[in-house]
Amino acid sequence: MAFDKMELKDIEVWDGNFAAAQALRQCQIDVVAAYPITPSTPIVEGYAKFLSDNYIEGEFVMVESEHAAMSGCIGAAAAGGRVATATSSQGFALMVETLYQASGMRLPIVLNVVNRALASPLNVNGDHSDMYLGRDSGWIQIDAYCPQDAYDLNFIAFKVSEDHDIRLPAMVHQDGFMTSHTAQGVHTLSDDVAYNFVGNYKPMNDMLDFEHPVTHGVQTEEDWHFEHKARQHNDLMTKVLPKIQEAFDDFEKLSGRKYNIVEEYDTKDADVCVVCLGSSVETAREVALEMRAKGIKAGVVGIRVIRPFPFEQVRDALKDIKSIAALDRSSPNGAAGMLFNEIAGALFNTDTKALLSGYVYGLGGRDLTKAHLVDLFKELQANVDAGKVTTPLQQFIGVRGPKLSYL
Amino acid sequence: MLEIRWHSRAGQGAVTGAKGLADVISTTGKHVQAFAFYGSAKRGAAMTAYNRVDDKVIMNHEKYMKPDFVFVIDPALAFTTDVTINHKDNTKYIITTHLTKEELVKAQPKLEGKEVYTVDCITIANETIGRPIPNTPMLGAFMKVSEMYDIEFFKESMKRILAKLPQKIVDANMVAIQRAYDEVK
Repeated sequence: MAFDKMELKDIEVWDGNFAAAQALRQCQIDVVAAYPITPSTPIVEGYAKFLSDNYIEGEFVMVESEHAAMSGCIGAAAAGGRVATATSSQGFALMVETLYQASGMRLPIVLNVVNRALASPLNVNGDHSDMYLGRDSGWIQIDAYCPQDAYDLNFIAFKVSEDHDIRLPAMVHQDGFMTSHTAQGVHTLSDDVAYNFVGNYKPMNDMLDFEHPVTHGVQTEEDWHFEHKARQHNDLMTKVLPKIQEAFDDFEKLSGRKYNIVEEYDTKDADVCVVCLGSSVETAREVALEMRAKGIKAGVVGIRVIRPFPFEQVRDALKDIKSIAALDRSSPNGAAGMLFNEIAGALFNTDTKALLSGYVYGLGGRDLTKAHLVDLFKELQANVDAGKVTTPLQQFIGVRGPKLSYL
Repeated sequence: MLEIRWHSRAGQGAVTGAKGLADVISTTGKHVQAFAFYGSAKRGAAMTAYNRVDDKVIMNHEKYMKPDFVFVIDPALAFTTDVTINHKDNTKYIITTHLTKEELVKAQPKLEGKEVYTVDCITIANETIGRPIPNTPMLGAFMKVSEMYDIEFFKESMKRILAKLPQKIVDANMVAIQRAYDEVK
């Protein structure tokens, strides 16, 4: 090969951004078109550095906006390359139009989204507003809770996204600053092992295959538009989760690290359970263990795959829980939170009569402390003891001023 | 669990220092976490960085911390920010200052009754590295106060972490670490 390999220690102390950049290097991305934005900047900076230091055979395209960044990725992917980029917040928002183009054109692009709040007011810190904004865009969305996950899930994303049965773009999410700028031990794969896991890129319907001319980005009106969208949705609903599970299984054989579509921690005998995303899942796990020592049978469910939403797995994970808290790190702005709605939808037609309450927390990077979670588990236990939800269905955690609650 | 809070100004190397310390500790088999609060802070703005060290995987991602050690690497921050916030009874402070410990505690009464160590990391960095980057000297002082590792092992580890810098700068950092180790009181 024309590029150099890098010797890595078994455990490197990396932040989530650098872990993702290393994964992009090991996957040998052909094209990264990027417009850097806090807190995702070091991912594409890392790729550019590896490229200039001859660790990658590829191309870095500097563009004038995130809209152009994703457009460049779409062009490169349609041409037949392995393509990735990274963004956050306002950049993600500017990309939204092109996100739908990428998924509709069935282009396997991997987008690292380092989750950050959306203005106004302007804020560079981590919440899930951008992640939630992308959830109807037709992309696969996988969520990392720590730098190790950010590294591993990039390999999973390429493996699933590029599969010829799937051909849908994938986002790998990590929490801005809380994961992206937090250095922790990351168990590495060697360059060869990592690359062989994702394998050589096999294009399909690539525009640079002149023997087989194809058209991308066509117009279809009412004659065909619905059929295209229905097929895309069908593949998301039926094909993606089994393929992710297969990739998780293969990855476990390779690395010993086990991922699940829905991560369940101590749920089997739990009375109360917190369902959340991102780095909060790990903090909640730690608090749940401490609650058990105090006599509250606490569990935690982390949603690993946000889209397609794993209804059956969520239903199974929560079927014997008595009181459930759905934690959303994005302002629903006039509705119940996304997780509250999805969980309610998953459980509604079942025999489960769990008590479900929703919480909005951590906006703009506001800390979710262990003390908050202790109070939350106690509140859920009070629901169990009373046999009903004793609080309003929607509350805030950690906001100053008079207590606000709804529903 | 060992927890450390750094008080620094953006640009003085607290993030690099916290990550460097985490890297060294990680090679000894412990689990580490290093992070910072800076948002869109500009160079010179007060900021904090953090280390967590434990024998098991660190799952706690809360930013709230009651530190075992507080490192203050800019002399003015002991006066302009509350370096004792969220303290424990046994929190230890290593503070960069040209004052004696007695002068410092007299000037900042919040430090009264606390376990305070002083070292002039700014002067050490200026005289060795040639720039007021007080992060590596602070780690030398920490090795002395905490007795975490043998100073020679620590210096060897830091040589690896600083390897991408010119040899002259790496050597100067080693002198700075040793001086702070010897001079902290």
